[in-house]
Amino acid sequence: MVELINNLLFDYTIRTVALGAAVLGIVAGALGTFALLRRQSLLGDAMSHAALPGVLLAFMLTGSKAPVVLVVGAAVVGTLATFLLLSITRFSRVKEDAALGIILSVFFGFGLVLLTYLQRHPAAAQAGLNTFLFGQAATLLTRDVVTMTAFGGGALLLLALFWKEFKLLSFDRDFGSSMGFSMTFLDVLLTNLLVIGIVIGLQSVGVVLMSALIVAPAAAARQWTDRLSVMMVVASLFGAIAGVVGALISSLGTGLSTGPVVVLVISAIVLVSLLFGAGRGLVWTWLQRQRNKHRLQTQAVLANLYGLAMQHDDPYYPHNVSVLRAMNHYQGGVRLSLRALSSAGLAHETTPGHWALTDKGLDQARELQLAKQHPGEIAA
Amino acid sequence: MTDSNYAIEVTDLTVAYEEKPVLWDVDLQVPPGILMAIVGPNGAGKTTFIKSVLGLIKPVAGQMLIYGKPYAQQRRLVGYVPQRGSVDWDFPTSVLDVVMMGRYGVLGWFRRPGSEDRRRALEALEKVGMAQFAGRQISQLSGGQQQRTFLARALVQDAQIYFMDEPFQGVDATTERAIVDLLKELRAAGKSVIVVHHDLQTVPEYFDWVMLINVNRIAAGPVGVVFTEENLRRTYGGRIGFLGNGGAAGLHHDVAAETAGVLVGGVDGRADQ
Repeated sequence: MVELINNLLFDYTIRTVALGAAVLGIVAGALGTFALLRRQSLLGDAMSHAALPGVLLAFMLTGSKAPVVLVVGAAVVGTLATFLLLSITRFSRVKEDAALGIILSVFFGFGLVLLTYLQRHPAAAQAGLNTFLFGQAATLLTRDVVTMTAFGGGALLLLALFWKEFKLLSFDRDFGSSMGFSMTFLDVLLTNLLVIGIVIGLQSVGVVLMSALIVAPAAAARQWTDRLSVMMVVASLFGAIAGVVGALISSLGTGLSTGPVVVLVISAIVLVSLLFGAGRGLVWTWLQRQRNKHRLQTQAVLANLYGLAMQHDDPYYPHNVSVLRAMNHYQGGVRLSLRALSSAGLAHETTPGHWALTDKGLDQARELQLAKQHPGEIAA
Repeated sequence: MTDSNYAIEVTDLTVAYEEKPVLWDVDLQVPPGILMAIVGPNGAGKTTFIKSVLGLIKPVAGQMLIYGKPYAQQRRLVGYVPQRGSVDWDFPTSVLDVVMMGRYGVLGWFRRPGSEDRRRALEALEKVGMAQFAGRQISQLSGGQQQRTFLARALVQDAQIYFMDEPFQGVDATTERAIVDLLKELRAAGKSVIVVHHDLQTVPEYFDWVMLINVNRIAAGPVGVVFTEENLRRTYGGRIGFLGNGGAAGLHHDVAAETAGVLVGGVDGRADQ
C-alpha cells in the first residue's frame, strides 16, 4: 500500500497511467449520464465495438500508431456505424435492438479479421495493436494522456456549454423542438461527443469493455441522487475511481488487461449502489417495505383485539395470544406487534400470555374501524 | 391572401406516415380568444394535427399560419403541452426545473435561466396550485400533478396560443376543475387554447369551439353550430348514440367511440382516396 502511494506520487509512468485513466473515467461518466437517460446505453456498446476496424484501418493506411491518427480512424468508422444504424432503423422494418446487434457484430467481426491479418506482420505486432481489444493502460504515454485530455476536455466543455439544451433533448425532445431548438443538431452533437468519450478509452480499456465505463458509472450514480448535475458529478467520480484503480492494478506487474479489471471495479460500485443507494437502493426499499408491513400488521392485531373485545361485553377483556395468532393466520410477528402496541400504550399484558386493549387503544381501534367503513373521507 | 385576423389558419394540411394518410386535406380557421376542442376517435390524427402546426412533423402538403405568419417566425406566441406520457417521469430533475424549461425558448441558445426565470416559474406553479411542490423530484408526482407541472411550463412560455394534447388524460376531478378554470382564465386574457379532448360529454361545457376530425376534417366551428349528433355520427361512425341519451351514456362513450373509430377506419374508404 505504501509502495503504491509512493509510486503514484513519484513514479512517472504510473502517474501518467493513473492520470490518463482518471481523465477517461471523468469524461466517460459524464457522457454516460446522458447516454443512460436517453436509453442509448447499447449505442455506446455498438460504437465501441465498431471502433476496432477504425483503429486498425487507420494504422494500415498510415503505418502510424500515434493516438491522434488512431482516434480519428475510430471516430470516422464509429460515426459511419452510427449513420448505418440510423439508416437501418429508418428505412427497413428492422427494429433498433436488432440493428444494434447487426452493426456491433459486423463491424467487430471485420475488426477481428483485420487484427488477425495484421498480427502476422512484425511491425504491427510491435505496435501492440491487440491491446486495443481489452486495453492496456500501461502502454499510455504522456502524449496519449495529452490527446485524451484535449479531446475529453473539449467534450466536457461542450457538455457544459449545451447543458440546458442537452437536458431538453433528453427530457422532452418535442417540447424543445417546438421552441425552436434544433433537436437533430443536438442529437448528432451529443452522439459525436459519445464517440469521442469511447474513442479516448480504446487504448487503455479496450473496445470490448469500453461501453461498461460509459454506462455503469451513470447507472450507479442514478441510485444516489435525483438531480442531473449531481448525477453527472457522481458518475464522473465513479468512472475516475474505476479507471484509476483498474489501471493501477493492471499496470503493477500483474500482466492483467486493464479493461476487465476496470469492469470488475465498476461492477462492485454498481452492486453497492443498487443495494444501498439512498432512496432507490434495494436494501433501503426493503427496509421501507418491512416497516410498512409491520405497521399494517400492528393495525391488524389492534383490530383483532377490538373485534374480540366487541364479542364480549367487556372491552377490556384479556385475550389469549394464541387466539390472536390464529386470527393472523399464523403468519408470525404477532408478539412483535403486541409489543409495539404496548409501547404505544394501546394494549397491555394483563397476565402472561393474555392481552387487553387500553382506553387509548380502544379509541384508536374505533377510529380505524371508521376509516375502513368510509375510506373516502379519510383519504380526502 | 391571408387574413391575419385569425389566430390559426391551416390550409390543405395533409400528413402521411409511409403510405398511410393520417390527415387528409384539413382546413381550419380559428379566431383569437376561443377555447377549442379537437375531438375524434383514436388514430384520427388529433395529435398529428397539433404536431404538424408546431412543425414537429413534416406534412406532405399544407400551409399553417399563426397570426398570418409561418410558425417558425411566431414561436414566441405559442405554448405547447405535450401528452403527459410522452416523457420519462423518472428523469432526475425537479418540478421547478421542468417548469423553467418553458423559459428556454425566450433564453435561446446557451443562456442559463436566472432569478427572473425562477420567479416566473414559481408564479406559474402558484397558478396551477403546485407552489409547495416546486422542489419535488418529478418521479414522486401523481398523474394530476404531472399534468399541472406541464401546464405551468406552458404558462411561463407566456404565449398567445396554447396547444394542449390531452391535458385531462388520467387526472382526478379536482385537477380537471382546476384546468378548466385555468383555460377560462386564459380565454379571458384574450388567448386561444386548442385542446385535444376525449370526453365528448364535457365539450359543450368547457369549450366554445370544436373541430371534429377523423383523418378528414368533419366539421369545425362554434360548439352550438357544429357539435351535432349528425356530425358526431360522421366522425365516430353510425353506431354511436350518446347525445340524446343523457348522463348515463357518458360512462360508456369512450369505449363506444373507440369501437366506432375502428369501424370507420375499416369501412369508410375516404382515407384511401
